Amino acid sequence: MFSEMPERTRLATAGAQATVASNLQRQRGSEQLKGNIFFALLLLAVAFALIGLIALIVQSAIKGAPAFGLNLITEGPSTINPEDAGFRPAIIGSIYLILGVILLVVPIGVGSAIYLEEYADGTKWWNRLIELNVQNLAGVPSIIYGILGLAFIVRGPLDLGFILAAGSLTLALLVLPTVILASREAIRAVPPSIRDGSLALGATQWQTIRRQVLPASIPGMATGVILAVSRALGEAAPLLLVGAAQFVTFNPQPFSADGYSAMPVLIYNYALRPQDEFRVLAAAGVVIMLIVLLLLNSFAVWLRNRYEQQW
Amino acid sequence: MEARDALEMARGIGADKPPRSLRSSSPRYGEKVIKYVLVACAVLSVLTTTAIVVSLLVPTIGFFEQVSFGDFFSTESWAPNLEPPSFGVFNIIVGTLSTTLWGLLVAIPVGFLSAIYLSEYASKRVRKVVKPILEVLAGIPTVAFGVFAVTFLSPLVGDAVPGFIKTPPFAAGIAGLAIGLMIVPIISSISDDAMRAVPGGLREGAYALGAGKFTVSTRVVVPAAISGIVASIVLATSRALGETMIVLLAAGKSPNLTLDPGASVQTMTAFIGTTATGDIATGTISYDTIFAVGVVLFVMTLVMNMISIRLVRKFREVYE
Amino acid sequence: MNSNGEEGKVESQMTAKKKSTEKALSRKIEVAERRLPSASEAVGEPVFGLEGVGVSYGGKVAVRDVSMTIGAKEITALIGPSGCGKSTLLRCLNRMNDLVPSAEVFGKCLYHGTDLYGPEVDPVEVRKLIGMVFQKPNPFPKSIYDNIAFGPKVLGLPDVEERVERALRSAALWDEVKDRLDDNAYGMSGGQQQRLCIARCIAVDPDVILMDEPCSALDPISSGKIEDLMLELKEDFSIVIVTHNMQQAARVSDKTAFLIVELDSTEENRWGQLVEYDETEKIFTNPADSRTEDYVTGKVG
Repeated sequence: MFSEMPERTRLATAGAQATVASNLQRQRGSEQLKGNIFFALLLLAVAFALIGLIALIVQSAIKGAPAFGLNLITEGPSTINPEDAGFRPAIIGSIYLILGVILLVVPIGVGSAIYLEEYADGTKWWNRLIELNVQNLAGVPSIIYGILGLAFIVRGPLDLGFILAAGSLTLALLVLPTVILASREAIRAVPPSIRDGSLALGATQWQTIRRQVLPASIPGMATGVILAVSRALGEAAPLLLVGAAQFVTFNPQPFSADGYSAMPVLIYNYALRPQDEFRVLAAAGVVIMLIVLLLLNSFAVWLRNRYEQQW
Repeated sequence: MEARDALEMARGIGADKPPRSLRSSSPRYGEKVIKYVLVACAVLSVLTTTAIVVSLLVPTIGFFEQVSFGDFFSTESWAPNLEPPSFGVFNIIVGTLSTTLWGLLVAIPVGFLSAIYLSEYASKRVRKVVKPILEVLAGIPTVAFGVFAVTFLSPLVGDAVPGFIKTPPFAAGIAGLAIGLMIVPIISSISDDAMRAVPGGLREGAYALGAGKFTVSTRVVVPAAISGIVASIVLATSRALGETMIVLLAAGKSPNLTLDPGASVQTMTAFIGTTATGDIATGTISYDTIFAVGVVLFVMTLVMNMISIRLVRKFREVYE
Repeated sequence: MNSNGEEGKVESQMTAKKKSTEKALSRKIEVAERRLPSASEAVGEPVFGLEGVGVSYGGKVAVRDVSMTIGAKEITALIGPSGCGKSTLLRCLNRMNDLVPSAEVFGKCLYHGTDLYGPEVDPVEVRKLIGMVFQKPNPFPKSIYDNIAFGPKVLGLPDVEERVERALRSAALWDEVKDRLDDNAYGMSGGQQQRLCIARCIAVDPDVILMDEPCSALDPISSGKIEDLMLELKEDFSIVIVTHNMQQAARVSDKTAFLIVELDSTEENRWGQLVEYDETEKIFTNPADSRTEDYVTGKVG
């Protein structure tokens, strides 16, 4: 083939081939070096994040190990015998707090989400206001909700006093925006064609929501609710302000003015003390919380991934 | 036989047509009641904001009746509970900025690069493992980060760099490191979503021009997703500004006016968290101070949130 | 029943002939004025009477000035290039446009003489009588049985189980699914899903079935089955179908309306407009308007 080509053409072709080859090679060389360094950086970053977070878990487990035992759950806090001290009143307090949060937040959060997604006309200013409001509230620091709880719920207009129910209400307000946002996402994931199909049969709007949209968005909403509730479970800052007394040795009651405690608050209190026995107790408390929260979160993430691509 | 039966049955459907009335068969009060109940739920969120603003502002006004603006923003000492008190809020604002700054210094590179890795480099299998781990870790309570900082990070850094921590175990940098770890999942998760929303066509176009993965990631994907990435950082900043438990445990209580990572500082949140525990009496100047500081913190995070919301919306408009 | 139908047909053909001459006369005047499409072609008992119907979304006109009469127990096809508003027009007929907050409907949409947009009219009641089948099969994420049973249950109709079977039989789906009624509908093929949607629609005894490009997402064999089904269903239901497939319109419909996209002089605003409405045979063999001819012969598309 080549021999039949005129000499000039053959030369030109060869030249072009060489240029292309060298171009390809040079580019690949420098690109590859830069690319490799960059890739190493990326791996380093991921490793840092994972190692840092895993170190937290492992360190808490090691530090807290001496305190592991049933007394963590069955005993109350004690300043005299830290070896036998535990978290019982705080665990019970946290359970009450969370039940209250769920009771308040699920109906109100899901209700708001349904209104915003299914009824609200997004071109109207008042609906945009509500929407912007929810987004902003989701970013308000938890300690500010503590201030709200103190000035508005414990004292001020509601005047409930330093009772567990007030703490529950404060935490509910804190996570309500998160629940609304997550529920809206879940509702929005149900394709409009499902609503059209139902309405075209002569179903009313509420029948369509109740019997088509809600059942289809339950996994997504459950994910959001679980994540929000686990956040409420781990929050200590607002509870400091609404009177989660730190050393309660008796089992708390929801509406009693005798005081109450919660897991993260008691952990904080143990950790503040300089003696190492208390820090061991704090680490052991962290382990208890991590087990519960990581289980909850894993379940939520699993639930979402399981039902993610339904359509 | 069966086919004919079927046909007969089918005929039957058309036969009993309902009367052709287009008026409502029932008034459907239930539908309306439900709608109003749902509206009430949504309005509650507006009321929450109003309540926050009112509960912050009323005592704050009381505070400024006793302390002048000038004293609040220009005094160089913060000691509201001492006799005589001084109210130089600038000290604890700087304390907050210090822990936030050190936190971001850790979290931005780590979170941003992790996001690039997850979105552009990681195989599907790796992604499927790493992403959920990061998300699950985002649920670790902040008090756990605080305990971790004070019982592990602080001794670790103290041993590695003797003299770095001025008043062991408290240091703004240690609190910042823990805050950084806490907000990495926020940055990586939102940035990853933003980068993955960049249409594949943009990447393919660049690959078709002979660009490598590095060039495509840094010159095409990151610029295209920039508003989402910035939004994630702004959101993380807002979270860092408002973080309470970590700084309560690891940053100390000394309102020093410094950005030194080795120094103990008091942040706005730590001030609120320490002062408001215990049965603090209403109407006293200490009580009102909590709210004045709360207003400053609220405004700072509100600005951050507004910026982040706007950026996310802009990003969504472009690609969705 | 049969002889009745034949008589009706002869009559309708005669009327159509008369109308077409009338139209030929009237058209001259229209051309001189604004080339308005020919109106009412009343045949048999009309189901819909549209008088100057228009739709706008957020102030932008999507369709304007459509006047036509749609007969009972026959298949009426709406054809035209994309963007001509044929789907928009279809969605007027059972008030599905209400779901778009910015949508506005003008003119008169008469259904058996009642204005669908009258003050006393409840859109939910409208949709009970006028069902709809959509472009993409949209079964509910439930079992096959529950998909069909949903409508009757929600409307409180009696004998749900019997209805489900009847509906599936009429949609020629019973033999294929009778052993797996509890399976999720998402496991069915696209064609089966669409027939399920048709079955779902007829399970609530509608008067009219609107079909919005029901075969556009399906393969030719599944499309053929749906077309056969439509021809059977028109014995009991009035059917209005939007299709982009001219051959389909020619095969199944009795009447065809052709819509086009109009541009204003600035080319900034575009809207759909009815060009011609007549017997399907006439539209495809001897259209009155040259634009119809260009479209059905494939000169423009």
